[in-house]
Amino acid sequence: MATPDCKPSSACPEFAHAADARALLWQMVRIRRFEEKCAELYSAGKIRGFLHLYVGEEAIAAGAVPELRAGDAILATYREHGHALARGVDAGAIMAEMYGKQEGCSRGRGGSMHLFDSTRRFFGGNAIVAGALPLAVGFALADRMRGRDAVTACFFGEGAMAEGEFHEAANLAALWKLPVLFLCENNLYAMGTALTRSQAQTDLAARARIYRMCGGSVDGMDVLAVRHAMREAVAHVRAGNGPAFLEFRTYRFRAHSMFDPELYRERGEVERWKEHCPIERFQGRAIAAGVLDEGELGRIESEVAAEIAAAVAFAEAGTWEPVEDLERDIYARAPGMAPADHPLESRS
Amino acid sequence: MKKHAAKAASGTIRLAWRDALRLGLREALLRDERVFLMGEDVGRYGGTYAVSKGLLEEFGEARIRDTPLSESAFVGAGIGAALNGMRPIVEIMTVNFSLLALDQIMNNAATLRHMSGGQLNIPLVIRMTTGGGRQLAAQHSHSLEGWYAHIPGLRILAPATHEDARGMLWSALEDPDPVLIFEHALLLGMEGEIGAEFRAVDIDHAALRREGRDVSLITYGGMLHKCLQAAERLAESGISADVLDLRTLRPLDDSAIVASVSKTRRAVIVDEGWRSGSLAAEIMARIVEQVFYELDAPPARVCSREVPVPYAKHLEDAAVPQVEDIVATVHQVLA
Ligand SMILES: Cc1ncc(C[n+]2csc(CCOP(=O)(O)OP(=O)(O)O)c2C)c(N)n1
Repeated sequence: MATPDCKPSSACPEFAHAADARALLWQMVRIRRFEEKCAELYSAGKIRGFLHLYVGEEAIAAGAVPELRAGDAILATYREHGHALARGVDAGAIMAEMYGKQEGCSRGRGGSMHLFDSTRRFFGGNAIVAGALPLAVGFALADRMRGRDAVTACFFGEGAMAEGEFHEAANLAALWKLPVLFLCENNLYAMGTALTRSQAQTDLAARARIYRMCGGSVDGMDVLAVRHAMREAVAHVRAGNGPAFLEFRTYRFRAHSMFDPELYRERGEVERWKEHCPIERFQGRAIAAGVLDEGELGRIESEVAAEIAAAVAFAEAGTWEPVEDLERDIYARAPGMAPADHPLESRS
Repeated sequence: MKKHAAKAASGTIRLAWRDALRLGLREALLRDERVFLMGEDVGRYGGTYAVSKGLLEEFGEARIRDTPLSESAFVGAGIGAALNGMRPIVEIMTVNFSLLALDQIMNNAATLRHMSGGQLNIPLVIRMTTGGGRQLAAQHSHSLEGWYAHIPGLRILAPATHEDARGMLWSALEDPDPVLIFEHALLLGMEGEIGAEFRAVDIDHAALRREGRDVSLITYGGMLHKCLQAAERLAESGISADVLDLRTLRPLDDSAIVASVSKTRRAVIVDEGWRSGSLAAEIMARIVEQVFYELDAPPARVCSREVPVPYAKHLEDAAVPQVEDIVATVHQVLA
């Protein structure tokens, strides 16, 4: 990571051991099945609003998120179910959120695009493209000023790199050498607009290097490559070397959201990318390496199915926030409750 | 402190409004190590309006942070730092430039608490100057605080007196929610007296700055002083005016407005914002909703003319409310 040309400093290792391979596969399968269930529930009218699925991109959250510590912060976009799941946000609380139930991780006020869990330092779920990037800079600034060695990871799509907020945040983080990980999930399309049709410089890592940020491009369909790059980037950032940037090259297998008729890409292109499915690819490698077998795959599927069924049941059983609480939590201190004029105690 | 303020009558200090703001900043920096100031030219330059002059030397670069010209990034960074345990004071040079950070203020600062089901709070203060009157033309002279007062989740303050200039910042920092403080640029050089003792001030209530019987002048910020002058002139013709300083533009202190208008039965709202869809319109609506049957005359407004504020002095004077406009409007209401 610390090499001048920002290339990964060592070759990507293979699996450490069977349990490790299983954990990675389990997380990817879990995200995939969860997303498939969401699509089904959307068609059934249980989930409404915008729903952006992560199918095809699972290797990124599954490979990157476990490299963070509990004290690190994560900020993500509206396509964040996978990141929340990988961070340990309860699947039932996520599902209940999409149902709009008050047992949801944001009390049903945010929905699919706004998952929050402050106890896991998962700070959303932001539906403004690039809107979370400046926040990430501030999280990292606070950690720096308080002398903590935490890092802040911020996930965003390549579309965000055309926004001014990306450039402002990148410049500020690099200028102040803040511990921010800029993690770009390049799935080649921002809604229907291809990267090549919207950005003059399509070498995204080059754009980060302009701000003297270390980083590089990674095969985002390869969970081991993701993990390896993330591990190096986290170490680099945590050591106080300033921010890092990683581009994960990936592809979304499904529509942008449930409203997208996909007029902008050929079916064949999607099919070609599906041949690189991160789950199938990893399964194949793990089986060939002899660390997983068919029986284990079956056990993972049934564990995941049970968890998702329980999440759906939890959401179904959830309750609606009473309408009387609609205005709760606009302010932490209710209007009219500020202290009156008072002299301050003398400074010691 | 003594450097910037001459001792006057015992127990009081005579000083310029900007120095009162500086006392507030300095006190906050001394009292809470989580407090830091960031913005464009707050450090080396000494603050665009010399408000933060000397603070870099006293508190160092970590706490008096010059930022690049990136309103969105440093306002967003303030929100992030507030979410992560700090008490940032973000300075935006003027409200006109705050529009580049509107996304962060509106979509993040104002929404995250409610949208997260109450998990988050954002103890952030954003200060900025506002208002016209200095021949700076249309990109430096607007009064957009009324726009911000439209947004649930924000608290909007407009200090007008020296005591408020000094004390509101600390009160805002004690508030767990995002607070925007609008400092009218024309007040910066105004001399005045304050108590020597540092006080936090109430940020929930309006204050009656002058008592009268015949009409209520309802105002805030830079316009308070024009209203006080107008009240003085009206007194010469035997008209006595209540002058209500709103101080907090969101949430509005309805009870103070209702109390004053119920007493005088006539209301003139004086607001440097434009008339259409303005804070003045909101106040008028509340008066109509709550004290309609007690009114002796329709409420009236003195607002800026609906043009981009122009450069030439005579045009600018015609565009923003003047003492004569207030006096004339009161006469009409009493006619
Ligand atoms: C500031 C802003 N502009 C436009 C939109 C509408 N919008 C939502 S998602 C999206 C595409 C973003 O693409 P990208 O950043 O590549 O992320 P992806 O959806 O591919 O994960 C757009 C234009 C928005 N939410 N925010």
